[in-house]
Amino acid sequence: MLLVELIKGFSVTLRHIFRRRVTVQYPEQRRRDPPIFRGRHRLQRYADGLERCVGCALCASVCPSEAIYLEAAENDPANPVSPGERYARVYQIHLLRCIYCGFCEEACPEDAIVMGPEYELAADARAKCVIGKKDMLTPPEEGFGDYETFPVPRIG
Amino acid sequence: MNEFLIYSLITIAKIGVVFGLVIGSVPVVVLAERKLLGWMQVRPGPNRVGPWGLLQTLVDAAKVFFKENIIPDGVEPLTYRLAPILVITPVLISASVIPFGPPVTIAGREITLAIADFDLSLLFFFAVATLSVYGIVLAGWSSNNKWSLMGGLRSSAQMFSYEITLSLSIVGILLTSGTFRLTAIAAQQAGGFWHWNMFLQPLGFVLFLLAAIAEVNRTPFDLPEAESELTGGFHTEYSGMRFVMFYMSEYSSVFVMSSVIATLFLGGYNPPFPYTFGTSWFDGAIGLFWLLAKIGALVFFFIWLRGTLPRLRYDELMMLGWKILLPLAFLNLIVTAILVALNWPGWVLGLTGVAALIVTDLVVSQILWRRRRAAG
Repeated sequence: MLLVELIKGFSVTLRHIFRRRVTVQYPEQRRRDPPIFRGRHRLQRYADGLERCVGCALCASVCPSEAIYLEAAENDPANPVSPGERYARVYQIHLLRCIYCGFCEEACPEDAIVMGPEYELAADARAKCVIGKKDMLTPPEEGFGDYETFPVPRIG
Repeated sequence: MNEFLIYSLITIAKIGVVFGLVIGSVPVVVLAERKLLGWMQVRPGPNRVGPWGLLQTLVDAAKVFFKENIIPDGVEPLTYRLAPILVITPVLISASVIPFGPPVTIAGREITLAIADFDLSLLFFFAVATLSVYGIVLAGWSSNNKWSLMGGLRSSAQMFSYEITLSLSIVGILLTSGTFRLTAIAAQQAGGFWHWNMFLQPLGFVLFLLAAIAEVNRTPFDLPEAESELTGGFHTEYSGMRFVMFYMSEYSSVFVMSSVIATLFLGGYNPPFPYTFGTSWFDGAIGLFWLLAKIGALVFFFIWLRGTLPRLRYDELMMLGWKILLPLAFLNLIVTAILVALNWPGWVLGLTGVAALIVTDLVVSQILWRRRRAAG
């Protein structure tokens, strides 16, 4: 019967009025992101303050959108920046080109670049979307970046 | 003070009340709609501006005041500018015949609580309310836009089809009440909810309700707008204050149509329990309260409907209008006429109407089911 069907439909919408709302009130309320969430990149350090990145540029070559620009330089043996022979003198990521695929993180032999949890990346100028080492690297005085909080996503 | 001046002052006061109610209802109804639709879709609705989102519509109105009033190239300038006015004016005028309270006596002077109270007020309402279709058609035609034109065309066809049902479905009430005067129709329904015309004319009530939804272009009959098909229909090309006039006319016509439904079928300003109105201003306020409560319930129903039913296809709309509602309206008219002529009691009328509704429901669902089965 048409009338019965109508009443059924109407009762569904009426019941939904009193349901708990599913909307997350974003700026005040935040969802818990999964640990493998791929947000803005971070450059990790060793516990002694040395940068993990050795400037091999595997990340730049694997990047499908060519968002990574990297210039490597020789380490000064007396005052090394990284434990390897070389380090990244310039390390820039163009966030407007990046597609957050996480290939750089996968390709990195030193686990130096990881995808962090930050996703609020809006900027009012294109130039601000090119981030460098100082943005991604945890400063030594703020600790060395807990490697355990940024596990490398594993498949299977 | 001479008689004319006093009369004018009283009328201006009444116009102020009605105009204020109709225009003031728009932000309330809009907010209620956005909130309720949100809840029905398991989201909170507007809740950012003001406490509980109460100021949202006011802020929207302020925003739209400052928006650019774009007149696109190639529009018909005169009709393009005229159309929004033609849409909203009939709605406001038609509100003038609605009785919003029992007659009151203030300072020894009897005042009818309706701006205009004359013998053919119901006829006047329909005559004027339908005029807003001109505005919609002109808006669609003068916009120089295919979708707008289609919206306007649909609107004219829809109004044509449903206007007949709308008018025919109230003839039953005219037969039982014996008057065209809205104040008299409202007064006749005093003395508890079982005196309401809704129970005397159940079939007429349902027909009128459906046709009224089509008349005010609300879902599921909002084909002139049909934002998913026509990008907004007749008002696609409008912006700024002209767009707001369409918007306001839509919501105020919902309010006015609800008040007419309440007056015709739900007892108007009469409370649902037996109550004898005195003639003080306070009794007038009680009448207004009950009318507003009924309008509120009807507006809730309109919103509920929008949250529940999808839009009809154009051919479905025409089929419903011409093949189902119109014959039923005629049937209602004939049966009511016979029963009134035989002078049978009201409950026979009511039961006949309910029976007709159930039979129609069975027949229509049978036909639809067969069709669906035939289509596979």
